[in-house]
Amino acid sequence: MSDIALTPQELEASTIRERPENYLNEKLSLASWLLTTDHKRIALLYFASITVFFFIGGAAAALMRFNLLTPDGAIVSPETYNRLFTMHGVVMVWFFLVPAVPVTLGNFMIPLMIGARDLAFPKINLMSWYLFMIGGVISTWALFMGGLDTGWTFYTPLSSAYARGYVVPVAVGIFISGFSSIATGLNFMVTIHRLRAPGMTWYRMPVFLWSLYATSVIYVLATPVLAMTLLLLAFETIFRIGVFDPTLGGDPVLFQHLFWFYSHPAVYIMILPGMGVVSEIIPVFSRRQIFGYKFVVWCSVSIAVISFFVWGHHMFVAGTSLYSAIIFSLLSFLVSIPSAIKVFNWIGTLHKGFIRFDAPMIYALGFVGLFTMGGLTGLFLASLASDVALHDTYFVVAHFHYIMVGGMVSAFFGGLHYWWPKITGRMYPEMWGRVAAAMIFFGFNLTFFPQFILGFLGMPRRYSVYPPEFQVLNVLSSAGATILAVAYLMPLFYLGWSLFWGQRAPANPWGATGLEWQTQSPPRTENFTSTPVVTEAPYNYPPPEAIQREKVESGEHV
Amino acid sequence: MNLSLPEASANAPETDALIGALLLLSLAVLALVFGLMLLYVIRYRAGSRIDRGKLAEKSWRFEISWTAATLVIFFGLFLWGADLYVRLFEPPADAEKIYIIGKQWMWKAEHPGGQREIDTLHVPANRPIELLMTSEDVIHDFSVPAFRLKRDVLPGRYESLWFRADTPGTYHLFCDQFCGTDHARMVGDIIVLSGPDFRRWLAETPSSEDLADQGQDLFIRYGCSGCHGGNGAGGLSGPGGTAPESLGRSPQGGTVRAPSLVGLYGSPVPLSDGSVVIADDRYIRDSILEPGSQIVASFQNVMPSFAGQISEEDLVKVIAYIKSLGAGGRS
Repeated sequence: MSDIALTPQELEASTIRERPENYLNEKLSLASWLLTTDHKRIALLYFASITVFFFIGGAAAALMRFNLLTPDGAIVSPETYNRLFTMHGVVMVWFFLVPAVPVTLGNFMIPLMIGARDLAFPKINLMSWYLFMIGGVISTWALFMGGLDTGWTFYTPLSSAYARGYVVPVAVGIFISGFSSIATGLNFMVTIHRLRAPGMTWYRMPVFLWSLYATSVIYVLATPVLAMTLLLLAFETIFRIGVFDPTLGGDPVLFQHLFWFYSHPAVYIMILPGMGVVSEIIPVFSRRQIFGYKFVVWCSVSIAVISFFVWGHHMFVAGTSLYSAIIFSLLSFLVSIPSAIKVFNWIGTLHKGFIRFDAPMIYALGFVGLFTMGGLTGLFLASLASDVALHDTYFVVAHFHYIMVGGMVSAFFGGLHYWWPKITGRMYPEMWGRVAAAMIFFGFNLTFFPQFILGFLGMPRRYSVYPPEFQVLNVLSSAGATILAVAYLMPLFYLGWSLFWGQRAPANPWGATGLEWQTQSPPRTENFTSTPVVTEAPYNYPPPEAIQREKVESGEHV
Repeated sequence: MNLSLPEASANAPETDALIGALLLLSLAVLALVFGLMLLYVIRYRAGSRIDRGKLAEKSWRFEISWTAATLVIFFGLFLWGADLYVRLFEPPADAEKIYIIGKQWMWKAEHPGGQREIDTLHVPANRPIELLMTSEDVIHDFSVPAFRLKRDVLPGRYESLWFRADTPGTYHLFCDQFCGTDHARMVGDIIVLSGPDFRRWLAETPSSEDLADQGQDLFIRYGCSGCHGGNGAGGLSGPGGTAPESLGRSPQGGTVRAPSLVGLYGSPVPLSDGSVVIADDRYIRDSILEPGSQIVASFQNVMPSFAGQISEEDLVKVIAYIKSLGAGGRS
């Protein structure tokens, strides 16, 4: 536990030449994968599925950016464009971002990080994957059959009475995959409550687990509201029962209230796990205890709680009352405070550290920068009068992509690289990892920064054609998207390569604290040979003076 | 590439000041965050032999101070934005009312003088204008970036948006709420004219009759006059059931007891549940479409619903007619 970064010699020595039995090579049949109840194998099933969904959603985005190269739409009709952005939103939100980190890295790491054999309910865990896949296949099938043109937000009465396309099948797919979220959330919560190793008190838990716990609470409490909303939408569409459609006596704004009551907390489902990943990576590569541990973990919890009370800020111009707008504006400012505190604490962790620039750290630093930009531009939208100017423009598009894509996807890749040696037993090629991380940061900013300006100039969202004065900025954005697309494809290749030809990974290549690094890489099916006992707080890296003294004594010159 | 956007309304500079302040704050925080990150990763890189000394203790002092600072700054920004927004919500009493009807995928405007426009709206400069907006189908959004204003346009109700344009010129009108296939083509022009130019435009634009006159014909055609009287003065033995002689019109006379509409607009109406509402456009609209929802005190609800029977454009005209029935009847 107390070892710092291993020297190459030590690393070589601890490399396992002969692969002992592990969760990957214990059984090899297809059935042993599809019927597995091992949380690690289920995590890999999820990895494969969400990778497919990510590239489907990404392809739709690429076509959209290509179309926006010219003011009249370069390649597709408005009809097709509308279906593309709906597909992009539905797939990216429900089949990539909402599950992304929890079901892959979380599923794999929770039992390892608390010293357990598996999640509390291994069979429910497998069922969650099947529910997710059934929902995902139904929705993407409907999207490929012709899709729908409502946007991922399904606003009524457009979706219930006017849209042409597969509204109900797509909604059913999302409905089914929602049960996967609920089951996963319950499974995580019970696991964290009941299966912690001896000595693993709440305040000895890594921040990542606190984040996943907060995320699970939102999964369990918010997802049912989405399910009800989609059911009501389906009833109105099929049976013409008036809930949202004013010609049937319904209220169109009611749909927005219900939808955002789920979808705003869902924004935090998407970002909280990313914050958790970054809180793991920064201490390891700074060789420092995380700054303000208790503030960081309680900020996660308070974000999860306040996130349920800010949904109204999506409706400042939608005809809600003046008083509700004022309250929701105040609450929206409040929810940004815990996020700001986290940023300060990550920077505090860097202070007086011994900072290394491995690929996970570059992704994590990129996350802090992009998340800060996304958070600050959120203030423009929480403030009432500026929201009136910027609402439903490209400013909003840029803002949430900075959080969801700049922030969350960077954190996902950071975590993937960080735990890759543990998951696969192989090291990824370091140079390629750094290049991809830098390219994602650059390509991302080139894609989305121009969209802030477009939004201020008034370009509305979801336009397949636009006035010619917006062309230069749109071309810049599309150029950035090209770089981003290449940068996102790179890990697919070099990580795939490393599966077969990468250097074998030792148990603890980063010299990190944390129980997951105490077992072999890749772990055996039972995770640990004996139940570990925890005796100290997480991130207990030696204080800087100790490292320095050691360096001076060993006469090390770097 | 033009990176500036005209400020064409009275509130645009105020909104821009708020956006400017938010921008300055963001730049300051970004400079701090990126500056410190850059400083630390260089200064404290693993290879650096700089003396790190002891770590800072009592981190809660830092935590409390940056939390408090953030809280104070954010509260100030909240107040600033809310104050401006509240003023955007309160149209001045003398605002000229123009009706806007959105439908897939066009904007229709009805001026009080009966002038109609499609995908274009002429407004006079330096006069408060209140738009009363509704939709015939899905939710649209009336957005004018040069005014820094927008508001959703909902089916089944009136939303209002007011502004005072101050710079003559032609500005973009966008639909900002996704509304189906040709959403991106639901665009138009807002043409701000100086006072004299606007009067000339009104005079030159053909209009058969003003809105209220057209509404009077509809009032008879839809059978409203059967109960509310040919001049809206109320039915048998209702209050005002006998029209003042000064009107010079003979009441056609109804067979049902119905409330008088003379002087209704803008006046308080006591309802059967004991509450009192002000009879504005929304109230009159709701009472035509859903007569049972707000029943005038001492009357029975015998009026049929006109929901689905009357178009948004006809509704606007009928409301304009009822509005024109001032306290002394039509002037």
